[in-house]
Amino acid sequence: MTAPAPFPGGGGADDQQQPPPPRRSRTGYLLLLPGTLWLLLFFIVPLVTLVSTSLYDPAGTLETGYQLTFAFGNYVDAIDDYATEFTRSLLYGGLATLFALLLGYPLAYAIAFRAGRWKYVMLLLVIAPFFTSFLIRTLSWKMLLADQGVIVEVLRFLHILGDDGRLLATAPAVVLGLTYNFLPFMVLPLYASLDKIDVRLIEAAGDLYASPPQAFRRVTLPLSMPGVVAGTLLTFIPAAGDYINVELLGTPQQTMIGNRIQSLFGAGSYPAAAALSVTLMLLILAMVMLYIRRAGTDELL
Amino acid sequence: MSAGVDEQEQANPGVQRGPGNDLRLVSLSKQFGAFTAVNDLTLTVPAGSFFALLGPSGCGKTTTLRMVAGLEAPTAGDIFLGGQDVTRLRPYKRPVNTVFQNYALFPHLSVAENVAFGLKRRGRKKVDAEVARLLDLVELGDRGRRRPQELSGGQQQRVALARALINEPEVLLLDEPLGALDLKLRRQMQIELKRIQTEVGLTFVHVTHDQEEAMTMADTVAVMNAGVIEQMGPPGELYDNPATTFVANFLGQSNLVAGHVTRMRDDLVEVDVEGTTVLASRTRSHADSGAVWVGVRPEKVFLDSSGQTRDHGINVVRAGRICDVSYTGVSTQYLVRMPWGQELTVFEQNTGARELFRVGACVDLGWRAEHTFVLDAAQDAHAGVEYEDLGT
Ligand SMILES: Nc1ncnc2c1ncn2[C@@H]1O[C@H](COP(=O)(O)OP(=O)(O)O)[C@@H](O)[C@H]1O
Ligand SMILES: [Mg+2]
Repeated sequence: MTAPAPFPGGGGADDQQQPPPPRRSRTGYLLLLPGTLWLLLFFIVPLVTLVSTSLYDPAGTLETGYQLTFAFGNYVDAIDDYATEFTRSLLYGGLATLFALLLGYPLAYAIAFRAGRWKYVMLLLVIAPFFTSFLIRTLSWKMLLADQGVIVEVLRFLHILGDDGRLLATAPAVVLGLTYNFLPFMVLPLYASLDKIDVRLIEAAGDLYASPPQAFRRVTLPLSMPGVVAGTLLTFIPAAGDYINVELLGTPQQTMIGNRIQSLFGAGSYPAAAALSVTLMLLILAMVMLYIRRAGTDELL
Repeated sequence: MSAGVDEQEQANPGVQRGPGNDLRLVSLSKQFGAFTAVNDLTLTVPAGSFFALLGPSGCGKTTTLRMVAGLEAPTAGDIFLGGQDVTRLRPYKRPVNTVFQNYALFPHLSVAENVAFGLKRRGRKKVDAEVARLLDLVELGDRGRRRPQELSGGQQQRVALARALINEPEVLLLDEPLGALDLKLRRQMQIELKRIQTEVGLTFVHVTHDQEEAMTMADTVAVMNAGVIEQMGPPGELYDNPATTFVANFLGQSNLVAGHVTRMRDDLVEVDVEGTTVLASRTRSHADSGAVWVGVRPEKVFLDSSGQTRDHGINVVRAGRICDVSYTGVSTQYLVRMPWGQELTVFEQNTGARELFRVGACVDLGWRAEHTFVLDAAQDAHAGVEYEDLGT
């Protein structure tokens, strides 16, 4: 160590850390092969099928068969006929995501910073609902929210609900079901990114005159943004496309786009169903891109 | 360093300094369960001084700093800052900033945003000029837009320093800030820190386990061991007049030989060491009767061929035999086995005035009475020894 030190002024050898040149090797491509095949078989092929189905002649039936006529009109019809369902899906999905975030963030925060030795017990409890089926859990909500159920009785007694007010078969019940069902998808990524935060950074914020709310706003929240983005996407995407919750907790008045797609496929209207699916997909994709761009560029590490 | 408090006052007319802004810890204790990390600690850090808290790893230095910063609540005792009791004040309300042991820079903010953090939280809008000035001070003027993780360890350390200094705290707490740096950079940063402290005139409390670092930088050193302050004072005084065996061994090295006090003269203490009378000045005697440790620093001892030392005015112990010689260029370290079996260490400058002694040579050891210190024999003669070896 006899070289002149870089200290005053900088510009020394330790200042410029150049990334090593990328290694070119065939192994990398070989390792990609299984994944690529999988994607091809289970993503690209179905996607192409779906898109081409959406362009079939809408006059086709199971009996007469379907013809690829590049019927772009299918899309116009889909959006015309089902605009309400689209809006409702995005609204319910958005509300469920918002509620899941409001519930999930404090929960994930508590597990990461305050749970102490109960941390893993609490995490297990978050995942525990997955031990039973989605359907059974949603059916249980149906019983809980039933008109003669305890919850409704109590709410009526407290005059929060009117004497003939009900929960089951209403929009709040659907949103509640969606929130409940997708909550773990919010909590787990949030927990993962909160748990990674070095508490000494939060202490440093306090040392630098940040009150606890300011420290949260300026340090904890920005550092947990990767979890917020991952959690909201993992919640919003399946919630917006869900149809089980409406089926079990709602009425035709709450129909979401998932229910329409499901019933159209059931009725053999493949082109219309496919056009709706593709539209939903593109819509969500566009929103996600917009969201990641806004939340992502400067907040994500 | 000659820049006194008065000069600093003139340099910073806006910041009121003086005895009023001393940092005072009074009977401060911290317990973690049954374990006492800091035990009844009382000390005063004068405003504008460079104060070092020196002690081995785990002795409670970080805990002490965290209590001053407000990040840990004391179990007992009080903390005063310029007469104000800040013991129960939340950290963000204390005019104290910390340079953390691991820097704790915010990874999601740029270097400049990190430095601006404290000012912004206190509602300052225009901070750019101030941030630029501080980045220049730590010689990182061109790195403001980088993320901290793109900088080297030494640069990150300077960002942490700028981030704390910009707030002009009453007290700056530095928790082993140089620990992660290699030796060379550490020496440079020591000089740099000392320069900045003199320039800005703030009170620095610098925690370290490196005795050399503490001695070269601080006006006052407090040696801490197992949660208590063993001794406190200017580095030279601690070195020349250690009050405990721990300080004698942790701060440099010492030869400690068993003896017992035979007579007290006006300003001298007479101690019998294995049949030889050794004199020590009373100002350096921390025990005045019975069994004691007689101590002398290895570089204060000079060697002579056996029988040649004239013994008036100095302490002489005779008939040692050289059992090890290590030549280090600047100096030579001798290990001398005494007739009573103990091995003593002697450092000699290689002035070239005479030949080195060889292993097996018979020598007398001499040193001046005023370089002798006397410690209570109730203490372990090896306290603090093992740490010193780990420290370097
Ligand atoms: N939060 C804590 N809980 C329990 N023990 C602790 C805690 N913090 C520190 N200690 C203990 O207190 C002692 C002093 O620690 P510390 O102040 O960090 O030492 P130093 O900084 O001098 O190395 C150590 O033995 C450490 O294990
Ligand atoms: Mg420490």
